[in-house]
Amino acid sequence: MVFLTGDLGFMALEPLQKAMGSRFINAGVSEQNMVSVSAALAKQGFDVWAYSIAPFCYARPFEQIRNDITFHDLPVTLVGNGGGFGYGVMGPTHHAIEDYGVLLTLDNMAAFIPTFDEDIEHVVRMAGDRKHPSYLRLGRGEPPANFDVPAYSPWRLLLEGQGPIVVVVGPLAGTFIAPFRELSIDERPTMWALSELPIALHALPERLLSAIAGGAAICVIEEHVAHGSAGGALALYFATNGIPLRRFRHLAARAHVYSRYGSQSFMRKLSGLDPGSAVEAIRSVSAVVT
Amino acid sequence: MHFESGVGHIGGNLSALDALVVTFREYLNEDDVFVLSKGHSAGALYTALWSVGRLSDADLRSFHRDDTLLAGHPPAAGLADIHFATGSLGHGLSLAAGTALGLRLHEKKGRVLCLTSDGEWQEGSTWEALIFALHHRLENLTVLIDENRLQGFGSTAEIASMEGLSGKLRGFDPDFVTIDGHDPAALRGAFARECVGPNIIVMRTVKGHGVSFMENRMEWHYLPLNKETFEKAVGEQNAL
Repeated sequence: MVFLTGDLGFMALEPLQKAMGSRFINAGVSEQNMVSVSAALAKQGFDVWAYSIAPFCYARPFEQIRNDITFHDLPVTLVGNGGGFGYGVMGPTHHAIEDYGVLLTLDNMAAFIPTFDEDIEHVVRMAGDRKHPSYLRLGRGEPPANFDVPAYSPWRLLLEGQGPIVVVVGPLAGTFIAPFRELSIDERPTMWALSELPIALHALPERLLSAIAGGAAICVIEEHVAHGSAGGALALYFATNGIPLRRFRHLAARAHVYSRYGSQSFMRKLSGLDPGSAVEAIRSVSAVVT
Repeated sequence: MHFESGVGHIGGNLSALDALVVTFREYLNEDDVFVLSKGHSAGALYTALWSVGRLSDADLRSFHRDDTLLAGHPPAAGLADIHFATGSLGHGLSLAAGTALGLRLHEKKGRVLCLTSDGEWQEGSTWEALIFALHHRLENLTVLIDENRLQGFGSTAEIASMEGLSGKLRGFDPDFVTIDGHDPAALRGAFARECVGPNIIVMRTVKGHGVSFMENRMEWHYLPLNKETFEKAVGEQNAL
Protein backbone atom coordinates (compact mmCIF):
# COMPACT_ATOMS: atom_id res chain seq x y z
CA MET A 1 0.00 0.00 0.00
CA VAL A 2 1.09 3.56 -0.69
CA PHE A 3 -0.58 6.63 0.82
CA LEU A 4 -0.17 10.06 -0.73
CA THR A 5 -1.32 13.36 0.65
CA GLY A 6 -1.46 16.71 -1.07
CA ASP A 7 0.30 18.37 1.85
CA LEU A 8 -2.65 17.99 4.20
CA GLY A 9 -3.13 16.02 7.39
CA PHE A 10 -1.43 18.08 10.10
CA MET A 11 -2.40 16.75 13.53
CA ALA A 12 -4.17 13.83 11.88
CA LEU A 13 -1.96 11.79 9.59
CA GLU A 14 1.22 11.74 11.66
CA PRO A 15 0.59 8.23 13.06
CA LEU A 16 -0.05 6.93 9.54
CA GLN A 17 3.10 8.63 8.33
CA LYS A 18 5.09 6.97 11.08
CA ALA A 19 3.55 3.57 10.41
CA MET A 20 4.01 3.64 6.64
CA GLY A 21 7.51 5.04 6.40
CA SER A 22 8.64 5.41 2.80
CA ARG A 23 5.19 4.43 1.57
CA PHE A 24 3.70 7.58 3.01
CA ILE A 25 4.35 10.30 0.46
CA ASN A 26 3.62 13.96 0.88
CA ALA A 27 3.27 14.85 -2.79
CA GLY A 28 3.19 18.55 -2.00
CA VAL A 29 0.76 21.14 -3.26
CA SER A 30 0.44 19.48 -6.64
CA GLU A 31 -2.74 17.47 -6.89
CA GLN A 32 -2.51 16.84 -10.62
CA ASN A 33 0.89 15.24 -10.19
CA MET A 34 -0.26 13.37 -7.09
CA VAL A 35 -3.10 11.72 -8.98
CA SER A 36 -0.98 10.73 -11.97
CA VAL A 37 1.73 9.39 -9.67
CA SER A 38 -1.00 7.46 -7.85
CA ALA A 39 -2.12 5.93 -11.13
CA ALA A 40 1.43 4.91 -11.99
CA LEU A 41 2.00 3.38 -8.57
CA ALA A 42 -1.24 1.42 -8.91
CA LYS A 43 -0.06 0.22 -12.31
CA GLN A 44 3.02 -1.05 -10.51
CA GLY A 45 0.78 -3.18 -8.33
CA PHE A 46 0.36 -0.99 -5.26
CA ASP A 47 -2.91 -0.37 -3.46
CA VAL A 48 -2.90 3.43 -3.61
CA TRP A 49 -4.70 6.01 -1.49
CA ALA A 50 -4.56 9.70 -2.37
CA TYR A 51 -5.83 12.19 0.18
CA SER A 52 -6.77 15.84 0.16
CA ILE A 53 -9.58 18.23 0.99
CA ALA A 54 -12.38 16.85 -1.18
CA PRO A 55 -12.47 19.37 -4.06
CA PHE A 56 -8.71 19.36 -4.35
CA CYS A 57 -8.62 15.64 -4.99
CA TYR A 58 -11.46 15.35 -7.54
CA ALA A 59 -12.02 18.77 -9.14
CA ARG A 60 -8.50 20.09 -9.66
CA PRO A 61 -7.11 16.83 -11.08
CA PHE A 62 -10.21 15.58 -12.86
CA GLU A 63 -8.45 14.88 -16.15
CA GLN A 64 -5.72 12.96 -14.33
CA ILE A 65 -8.42 10.88 -12.65
CA ARG A 66 -10.15 10.27 -15.96
CA ASN A 67 -7.16 9.62 -18.20
CA ASP A 68 -4.63 8.13 -15.85
CA ILE A 69 -6.71 6.24 -13.29
CA THR A 70 -10.00 5.27 -14.89
CA PHE A 71 -8.89 4.76 -18.49
CA HIS A 72 -6.64 2.07 -17.06
CA ASP A 73 -9.11 0.92 -14.38
CA LEU A 74 -6.52 1.22 -11.63
CA PRO A 75 -7.18 0.59 -7.92
CA VAL A 76 -6.65 4.07 -6.58
CA THR A 77 -8.85 5.34 -3.78
CA LEU A 78 -9.27 9.10 -3.73
CA VAL A 79 -9.97 10.22 -0.20
CA GLY A 80 -11.76 13.53 -0.07
CA ASN A 81 -12.14 15.09 3.35
CA GLY A 82 -15.07 17.40 4.07
CA GLY A 83 -17.60 16.16 1.56
CA GLY A 84 -20.60 18.38 0.87
CA PHE A 85 -20.45 21.58 2.89
CA GLY A 86 -18.01 20.01 5.36
CA TYR A 87 -15.68 22.98 5.20
CA GLY A 88 -18.67 25.33 5.56
CA VAL A 89 -17.37 28.75 6.51
CA MET A 90 -14.10 28.19 4.66
CA GLY A 91 -16.00 29.17 1.52
CA PRO A 92 -17.06 27.77 -1.83
CA THR A 93 -13.57 26.71 -2.98
CA HIS A 94 -13.60 24.13 -0.20
CA HIS A 95 -17.10 22.77 -0.78
CA ALA A 96 -17.63 19.45 -2.52
CA ILE A 97 -21.22 19.32 -3.70
CA GLU A 98 -20.76 17.84 -7.17
CA ASP A 99 -18.09 15.31 -6.29
CA TYR A 100 -19.69 11.91 -6.66
CA GLY A 101 -21.84 13.06 -9.55
CA VAL A 102 -18.78 14.09 -11.51
CA LEU A 103 -16.72 11.06 -10.57
CA LEU A 104 -19.47 8.54 -11.26
CA THR A 105 -19.46 9.56 -14.90
CA LEU A 106 -16.20 7.58 -15.08
CA ASP A 107 -16.01 3.85 -15.76
CA ASN A 108 -15.80 1.52 -12.78
CA MET A 109 -15.74 4.34 -10.26
CA ALA A 110 -17.51 3.79 -6.97
CA ALA A 111 -18.22 6.35 -4.28
CA PHE A 112 -18.33 5.51 -0.59
CA ILE A 113 -20.17 8.00 1.57
CA PRO A 114 -20.05 6.69 5.13
CA THR A 115 -23.03 7.81 7.19
CA PHE A 116 -21.56 7.36 10.65
CA ASP A 117 -18.04 7.39 12.03
CA GLU A 118 -18.52 3.72 12.84
CA ASP A 119 -18.76 3.01 9.09
CA ILE A 120 -15.25 4.19 8.31
CA GLU A 121 -13.40 1.01 9.07
CA HIS A 122 -15.84 -0.98 6.96
CA VAL A 123 -15.79 1.29 3.91
CA VAL A 124 -12.01 1.64 4.03
CA ARG A 125 -11.77 -2.14 3.87
CA MET A 126 -14.27 -2.25 1.01
CA ALA A 127 -12.52 0.43 -1.00
CA GLY A 128 -9.18 -1.27 -0.40
CA ASP A 129 -10.54 -4.61 -1.58
CA ARG A 130 -11.82 -3.16 -4.85
CA LYS A 131 -9.69 -3.65 -7.93
CA HIS A 132 -11.10 -0.50 -9.45
CA PRO A 133 -11.05 3.25 -8.76
CA SER A 134 -12.89 4.46 -5.69
CA TYR A 135 -13.78 7.73 -4.06
CA LEU A 136 -14.20 8.00 -0.33
CA ARG A 137 -16.19 11.06 0.68
CA LEU A 138 -15.42 11.75 4.30
CA GLY A 139 -17.78 13.71 6.50
CA ARG A 140 -18.62 13.92 10.17
CA GLY A 141 -21.15 11.42 11.45
CA GLU A 142 -23.94 13.18 13.33
CA PRO A 143 -26.17 10.63 15.03
CA PRO A 144 -28.22 11.81 18.01
CA ALA A 145 -27.06 10.95 21.50
CA ASN A 146 -27.66 7.37 22.59
CA PHE A 147 -28.38 6.23 19.05
CA ASP A 148 -27.35 2.68 18.35
CA VAL A 149 -25.71 2.80 14.93
CA PRO A 150 -26.92 -0.21 12.96
CA ALA A 151 -24.38 -2.47 11.30
CA TYR A 152 -23.01 -1.10 8.04
CA SER A 153 -24.87 -1.78 4.85
CA PRO A 154 -24.97 0.20 1.60
CA TRP A 155 -28.68 0.63 2.22
CA ARG A 156 -29.57 0.90 5.87
CA LEU A 157 -32.92 1.32 7.53
CA LEU A 158 -32.57 4.00 10.21
CA LEU A 159 -36.15 4.80 11.10
CA GLU A 160 -39.59 3.34 10.52
CA GLY A 161 -42.89 5.15 10.35
CA GLN A 162 -46.10 5.37 8.39
CA GLY A 163 -45.15 8.49 6.50
CA PRO A 164 -43.29 8.66 3.20
CA ILE A 165 -40.01 7.01 2.36
CA VAL A 166 -36.96 9.17 2.83
CA VAL A 167 -33.60 8.23 1.31
CA VAL A 168 -30.66 10.25 2.61
CA VAL A 169 -27.12 10.04 1.27
CA GLY A 170 -24.31 9.90 3.81
CA PRO A 171 -23.91 11.73 7.13
CA LEU A 172 -26.80 14.09 6.52
CA ALA A 173 -29.05 11.17 7.53
CA GLY A 174 -27.85 11.39 11.11
CA THR A 175 -29.12 14.94 11.43
CA PHE A 176 -32.68 13.87 10.65
CA ILE A 177 -33.08 10.99 13.11
CA ALA A 178 -34.04 13.06 16.15
CA PRO A 179 -36.40 15.51 14.42
CA PHE A 180 -38.12 12.72 12.49
CA ARG A 181 -38.59 10.74 15.69
CA GLU A 182 -40.52 13.62 17.11
CA LEU A 183 -43.14 13.38 14.39
CA SER A 184 -46.32 11.44 14.92
CA ILE A 185 -46.23 7.86 13.67
CA ASP A 186 -48.47 8.86 10.76
CA GLU A 187 -46.05 11.52 9.58
CA ARG A 188 -42.81 9.84 10.58
CA PRO A 189 -40.98 8.62 7.49
CA THR A 190 -39.28 5.36 6.88
CA MET A 191 -35.73 6.56 6.45
CA TRP A 192 -32.99 4.79 4.56
CA ALA A 193 -29.36 5.85 4.60
CA LEU A 194 -27.52 5.25 1.35
CA SER A 195 -23.72 5.01 1.60
CA GLU A 196 -22.52 3.66 -1.75
CA LEU A 197 -22.93 4.81 -5.31
CA PRO A 198 -23.67 4.21 -8.11
CA ILE A 199 -26.94 2.57 -7.13
CA ALA A 200 -26.17 -0.19 -9.64
CA LEU A 201 -23.53 -1.53 -7.21
CA HIS A 202 -26.20 -3.11 -5.03
CA ALA A 203 -29.75 -4.28 -5.42
CA LEU A 204 -32.24 -1.86 -3.94
CA PRO A 205 -33.90 -3.26 -0.79
CA GLU A 206 -37.00 -5.27 -1.65
CA ARG A 207 -38.95 -3.47 1.01
CA LEU A 208 -38.11 -0.11 -0.51
CA LEU A 209 -39.01 -1.29 -3.99
CA SER A 210 -42.32 -2.78 -2.97
CA ALA A 211 -43.29 0.36 -1.05
CA ILE A 212 -42.56 2.54 -4.07
CA ALA A 213 -44.37 0.13 -6.36
CA GLY A 214 -47.30 0.37 -3.96
CA GLY A 215 -47.47 4.11 -4.47
CA ALA A 216 -45.54 5.33 -1.43
CA ALA A 217 -44.24 8.88 -1.55
CA ILE A 218 -40.47 9.23 -1.63
CA CYS A 219 -38.16 12.06 -0.76
CA VAL A 220 -34.44 11.87 -1.56
CA ILE A 221 -32.15 14.21 0.37
CA GLU A 222 -28.48 14.74 -0.32
CA GLU A 223 -25.69 17.25 0.16
CA HIS A 224 -24.96 17.29 -3.55
CA VAL A 225 -26.26 19.28 -6.50
CA ALA A 226 -29.19 17.83 -8.42
CA HIS A 227 -27.16 17.13 -11.57
CA GLY A 228 -25.44 13.78 -11.18
CA SER A 229 -27.24 13.14 -7.92
CA ALA A 230 -28.39 9.95 -6.26
CA GLY A 231 -31.92 11.31 -6.48
CA GLY A 232 -31.61 11.64 -10.23
CA ALA A 233 -30.20 8.13 -10.49
CA LEU A 234 -33.02 6.69 -8.40
CA ALA A 235 -35.67 8.45 -10.46
CA LEU A 236 -34.08 7.07 -13.62
CA TYR A 237 -33.93 3.62 -12.07
CA PHE A 238 -37.62 3.65 -11.21
CA ALA A 239 -38.62 5.00 -14.59
CA THR A 240 -36.45 2.48 -16.44
CA ASN A 241 -37.84 -0.40 -14.44
CA GLY A 242 -41.46 0.53 -14.91
CA ILE A 243 -42.02 1.57 -11.32
CA PRO A 244 -44.15 4.71 -11.41
CA LEU A 245 -43.09 7.50 -9.11
CA ARG A 246 -46.29 9.25 -8.28
CA ARG A 247 -44.94 11.33 -5.40
CA PHE A 248 -41.30 12.34 -5.49
CA ARG A 249 -39.34 15.16 -3.87
CA HIS A 250 -35.65 15.81 -4.13
CA LEU A 251 -33.75 18.04 -1.75
CA ALA A 252 -30.30 18.84 -3.07
CA ALA A 253 -27.52 21.34 -2.55
CA ARG A 254 -28.41 24.49 -4.43
CA ALA A 255 -25.23 26.36 -5.21
CA HIS A 256 -21.63 27.03 -4.32
CA VAL A 257 -21.93 30.78 -4.22
CA TYR A 258 -23.96 32.47 -1.52
CA SER A 259 -23.91 35.97 -0.11
CA ARG A 260 -23.17 34.67 3.39
CA TYR A 261 -21.19 31.70 4.69
CA GLY A 262 -21.23 29.77 7.89
CA SER A 263 -20.90 26.33 9.45
CA GLN A 264 -21.90 23.15 7.66
CA SER A 265 -25.33 23.25 9.33
CA PHE A 266 -25.70 26.91 8.30
CA MET A 267 -24.84 26.05 4.70
CA ARG A 268 -27.22 23.10 4.75
CA LYS A 269 -30.00 25.39 5.85
CA LEU A 270 -29.27 27.82 3.01
CA SER A 271 -29.67 24.87 0.67
CA GLY A 272 -32.85 23.66 2.32
CA LEU A 273 -31.16 20.57 3.70
CA ASP A 274 -31.85 21.27 7.38
CA PRO A 275 -34.28 19.25 9.49
CA GLY A 276 -37.01 21.89 9.22
CA SER A 277 -36.89 21.83 5.42
CA ALA A 278 -36.86 18.05 5.45
CA VAL A 279 -39.95 17.87 7.64
CA GLU A 280 -41.69 20.35 5.37
CA ALA A 281 -40.72 18.28 2.35
CA ILE A 282 -42.06 15.02 3.72
CA ARG A 283 -45.30 16.74 4.63
CA SER A 284 -45.66 18.24 1.18
CA VAL A 285 -44.78 15.03 -0.65
CA SER A 286 -47.31 13.16 1.45
CA ALA A 287 -49.97 15.70 0.65
CA VAL A 288 -49.61 15.59 -3.14
CA VAL A 289 -51.89 12.59 -3.60
CA THR A 290 -54.22 11.10 -1.04
CA MET B 1 1.47 5.26 -42.76
CA HIS B 2 0.61 8.90 -42.16
CA PHE B 3 0.05 9.35 -45.89
CA GLU B 4 -2.07 6.23 -46.27
CA SER B 5 -4.26 7.17 -43.35
CA GLY B 6 -4.40 10.87 -44.15
CA VAL B 7 -3.12 11.85 -40.72
CA GLY B 8 -1.16 14.94 -39.72
CA HIS B 9 1.15 15.55 -36.76
CA ILE B 10 4.03 14.57 -39.03
CA GLY B 11 6.35 17.41 -38.00
CA GLY B 12 6.50 16.45 -34.34
CA ASN B 13 6.81 12.78 -35.26
CA LEU B 14 9.85 13.46 -37.39
CA SER B 15 11.51 15.59 -34.71
CA ALA B 16 11.24 12.69 -32.26
CA LEU B 17 11.77 9.72 -34.55
CA ASP B 18 15.56 9.52 -34.40
CA ALA B 19 15.56 9.55 -30.61
CA LEU B 20 12.77 6.99 -30.38
CA VAL B 21 14.49 4.56 -32.71
CA VAL B 22 17.74 4.77 -30.74
CA THR B 23 15.80 4.50 -27.49
CA PHE B 24 13.96 1.34 -28.49
CA ARG B 25 16.77 -0.31 -30.44
CA GLU B 26 19.63 0.41 -28.07
CA TYR B 27 18.49 1.60 -24.66
CA LEU B 28 15.31 0.01 -23.40
CA ASN B 29 15.34 -3.47 -21.88
CA GLU B 30 12.51 -5.77 -20.99
CA ASP B 31 12.22 -4.40 -17.46
CA ASP B 32 12.08 -0.79 -18.59
CA VAL B 33 9.01 1.36 -19.11
CA PHE B 34 8.58 3.99 -21.80
CA VAL B 35 6.02 6.80 -21.52
CA LEU B 36 5.25 8.97 -24.53
CA SER B 37 4.09 12.19 -22.95
CA LYS B 38 3.82 13.91 -26.33
CA GLY B 39 1.16 11.46 -27.40
CA HIS B 40 0.66 13.17 -30.75
CA SER B 41 3.92 11.52 -31.80
CA ALA B 42 2.29 8.11 -31.59
CA GLY B 43 3.23 7.42 -35.21
CA ALA B 44 6.92 7.71 -34.37
CA LEU B 45 6.40 5.47 -31.34
CA TYR B 46 4.64 2.83 -33.41
CA THR B 47 7.42 3.02 -35.98
CA ALA B 48 10.06 2.57 -33.27
CA LEU B 49 8.14 -0.43 -31.89
CA TRP B 50 7.96 -1.84 -35.42
CA SER B 51 11.73 -1.39 -35.75
CA VAL B 52 12.28 -3.76 -32.83
CA GLY B 53 9.67 -6.26 -34.00
CA ARG B 54 6.98 -5.35 -31.51
CA LEU B 55 4.55 -4.31 -34.22
CA SER B 56 4.04 -5.78 -37.68
CA ASP B 57 3.70 -4.24 -41.12
CA ALA B 58 0.00 -5.03 -40.95
CA ASP B 59 -0.26 -3.24 -37.60
CA LEU B 60 1.30 -0.13 -39.08
CA ARG B 61 -1.00 -0.28 -42.08
CA SER B 62 -3.97 -0.22 -39.71
CA PHE B 63 -2.82 3.05 -38.14
CA HIS B 64 -5.65 5.49 -37.57
CA ARG B 65 -8.19 3.30 -39.38
CA ASP B 66 -11.40 1.73 -38.11
CA ASP B 67 -10.86 -1.21 -35.74
CA THR B 68 -7.19 -0.42 -35.24
CA LEU B 69 -5.10 -0.92 -32.11
CA LEU B 70 -2.99 2.00 -33.23
CA ALA B 71 -5.05 5.06 -32.42
CA GLY B 72 -3.88 8.54 -33.23
CA HIS B 73 -2.58 8.82 -29.69
CA PRO B 74 -1.29 5.92 -27.57
CA PRO B 75 -4.25 3.84 -26.38
CA ALA B 76 -5.11 2.64 -22.89
CA ALA B 77 -5.19 -1.05 -23.71
CA GLY B 78 -4.22 -3.64 -26.26
CA LEU B 79 -0.50 -2.99 -26.62
CA ALA B 80 1.81 -4.40 -23.98
CA ASP B 81 4.53 -1.85 -24.72
CA ILE B 82 2.23 1.08 -24.15
CA HIS B 83 1.60 1.48 -20.46
CA PHE B 84 -0.54 4.60 -20.44
CA ALA B 85 -2.95 6.35 -22.74
CA THR B 86 -1.49 9.76 -23.45
CA GLY B 87 -2.41 12.59 -25.73
CA SER B 88 -3.49 15.25 -23.32
CA LEU B 89 -0.23 17.03 -22.64
CA GLY B 90 1.23 17.32 -19.18
CA HIS B 91 0.45 13.83 -17.89
CA GLY B 92 3.39 11.74 -19.03
CA LEU B 93 6.12 13.01 -16.76
CA SER B 94 3.99 12.42 -13.66
CA LEU B 95 3.15 8.93 -14.87
CA ALA B 96 6.82 8.26 -15.51
CA ALA B 97 7.83 9.63 -12.12
CA GLY B 98 5.22 7.49 -10.38
CA THR B 99 6.40 4.44 -12.28
CA ALA B 100 10.01 5.15 -11.35
CA LEU B 101 9.03 5.57 -7.70
CA GLY B 102 7.05 2.34 -7.83
CA LEU B 103 10.00 0.43 -9.26
CA ARG B 104 12.17 1.82 -6.50
CA LEU B 105 9.68 0.87 -3.78
CA HIS B 106 9.53 -2.62 -5.27
CA GLU B 107 13.35 -2.65 -5.38
CA LYS B 108 13.14 -3.57 -9.05
CA LYS B 109 15.91 -2.74 -11.48
CA GLY B 110 13.80 -1.34 -14.33
CA ARG B 111 14.29 2.16 -15.67
CA VAL B 112 11.72 4.62 -16.95
CA LEU B 113 12.09 6.84 -19.97
CA CYS B 114 9.70 9.65 -20.77
CA LEU B 115 9.59 11.74 -23.93
CA THR B 116 7.96 15.15 -23.62
CA SER B 117 7.48 17.90 -26.15
CA ASP B 118 8.83 21.38 -25.44
CA GLY B 119 5.41 23.02 -25.77
CA GLU B 120 3.97 20.87 -23.01
CA TRP B 121 6.28 22.54 -20.52
CA GLN B 122 3.64 25.26 -20.59
CA GLU B 123 1.50 22.80 -18.63
CA GLY B 124 1.83 23.42 -14.91
CA SER B 125 1.50 19.72 -14.17
CA THR B 126 4.78 19.07 -15.99
CA TRP B 127 6.58 21.34 -13.57
CA GLU B 128 4.79 19.63 -10.68
CA ALA B 129 6.19 16.37 -11.98
CA LEU B 130 9.69 17.79 -12.35
CA ILE B 131 9.65 19.06 -8.76
CA PHE B 132 8.48 15.64 -7.59
CA ALA B 133 11.06 13.72 -9.62
CA LEU B 134 13.88 15.94 -8.43
CA HIS B 135 12.78 15.87 -4.80
CA HIS B 136 12.63 12.09 -4.81
CA ARG B 137 15.93 11.87 -6.71
CA LEU B 138 14.52 9.40 -9.19
CA GLU B 139 17.76 8.14 -10.66
CA ASN B 140 15.92 5.46 -12.61
CA LEU B 141 14.10 8.12 -14.64
CA THR B 142 15.33 9.60 -17.91
CA VAL B 143 13.47 12.52 -19.45
CA LEU B 144 13.87 13.36 -23.11
CA ILE B 145 12.62 16.78 -24.15
CA ASP B 146 11.96 17.22 -27.86
CA GLU B 147 12.84 20.87 -28.24
CA ASN B 148 11.76 21.59 -31.80
CA ARG B 149 10.65 25.11 -30.82
CA LEU B 150 7.37 24.93 -32.70
CA GLN B 151 3.99 24.17 -31.21
CA GLY B 152 0.37 24.11 -32.31
CA PHE B 153 -0.15 27.68 -33.38
CA GLY B 154 3.26 29.30 -33.53
CA SER B 155 6.69 29.07 -32.01
CA THR B 156 7.38 28.45 -28.34
CA ALA B 157 9.11 31.84 -28.25
CA GLU B 158 6.18 33.76 -29.73
CA ILE B 159 3.52 32.07 -27.67
CA ALA B 160 5.05 31.73 -24.24
CA SER B 161 8.61 33.04 -24.32
CA MET B 162 9.66 29.45 -23.86
CA GLU B 163 12.50 29.20 -26.36
CA GLY B 164 15.57 28.38 -24.41
CA LEU B 165 13.81 25.87 -22.21
CA SER B 166 17.13 25.13 -20.56
CA GLY B 167 17.05 28.49 -18.83
CA LYS B 168 13.67 27.72 -17.35
CA LEU B 169 14.82 24.27 -16.23
CA ARG B 170 17.97 25.65 -14.65
CA GLY B 171 15.91 27.36 -11.95
CA PHE B 172 14.96 23.94 -10.59
CA ASP B 173 18.58 22.81 -10.49
CA PRO B 174 18.17 19.55 -12.36
CA ASP B 175 21.03 17.55 -13.83
CA PHE B 176 20.44 18.10 -17.52
CA VAL B 177 22.34 18.14 -20.77
CA THR B 178 21.51 19.64 -24.14
CA ILE B 179 22.31 17.63 -27.26
CA ASP B 180 21.55 17.40 -30.95
CA GLY B 181 18.46 15.21 -30.89
CA HIS B 182 19.18 13.83 -34.34
CA ASP B 183 22.68 12.62 -33.44
CA PRO B 184 22.58 9.00 -32.24
CA ALA B 185 26.07 9.25 -30.76
CA ALA B 186 25.09 12.29 -28.71
CA LEU B 187 22.02 10.47 -27.49
CA ARG B 188 24.06 7.41 -26.49
CA GLY B 189 26.40 9.67 -24.55
CA ALA B 190 23.53 11.41 -22.80
CA PHE B 191 21.92 8.10 -21.86
CA ALA B 192 25.20 6.96 -20.33
CA ARG B 193 25.50 9.93 -17.98
CA GLU B 194 25.49 9.25 -14.26
CA CYS B 195 23.11 11.58 -12.44
CA VAL B 196 22.15 12.10 -8.83
CA GLY B 197 18.48 12.43 -9.79
CA PRO B 198 16.64 12.07 -13.08
CA ASN B 199 18.69 12.26 -16.22
CA ILE B 200 17.18 15.11 -18.21
CA ILE B 201 18.15 15.38 -21.86
CA VAL B 202 17.10 18.43 -23.82
CA MET B 203 17.20 17.48 -27.47
CA ARG B 204 17.55 20.30 -29.95
CA THR B 205 15.52 18.98 -32.85
CA VAL B 206 13.99 20.10 -36.10
CA LYS B 207 10.27 19.83 -36.62
CA GLY B 208 9.70 17.88 -39.82
CA HIS B 209 13.32 16.70 -39.75
CA GLY B 210 14.54 15.09 -42.97
CA VAL B 211 11.94 16.55 -45.31
CA SER B 212 13.07 19.89 -46.69
CA PHE B 213 9.69 21.46 -47.13
CA MET B 214 8.53 20.41 -43.67
CA GLU B 215 11.55 21.42 -41.66
CA ASN B 216 10.88 24.17 -39.13
CA ARG B 217 7.46 24.79 -40.64
CA MET B 218 4.70 25.12 -38.05
CA GLU B 219 1.96 24.00 -40.43
CA TRP B 220 3.40 20.49 -40.48
CA HIS B 221 2.31 20.13 -36.90
CA TYR B 222 -1.10 19.48 -38.42
CA LEU B 223 -1.05 18.97 -42.17
CA PRO B 224 -1.48 15.52 -43.68
CA LEU B 225 0.42 14.52 -46.78
CA ASN B 226 -1.26 14.52 -50.16
CA LYS B 227 -0.01 12.46 -53.09
CA GLU B 228 2.23 15.21 -54.37
CA THR B 229 3.87 16.06 -51.05
CA PHE B 230 4.19 12.37 -50.18
CA GLU B 231 6.02 11.59 -53.41
CA LYS B 232 8.22 14.63 -52.99
CA ALA B 233 9.14 13.59 -49.44
CA VAL B 234 9.87 10.01 -50.50
CA GLY B 235 11.91 11.31 -53.42
CA GLU B 236 14.08 13.27 -51.03
CA GLN B 237 14.71 10.21 -48.93
CA ASN B 238 15.54 8.04 -51.94
CA ALA B 239 18.03 10.64 -53.11
CA LEU B 240 20.03 10.42 -49.89
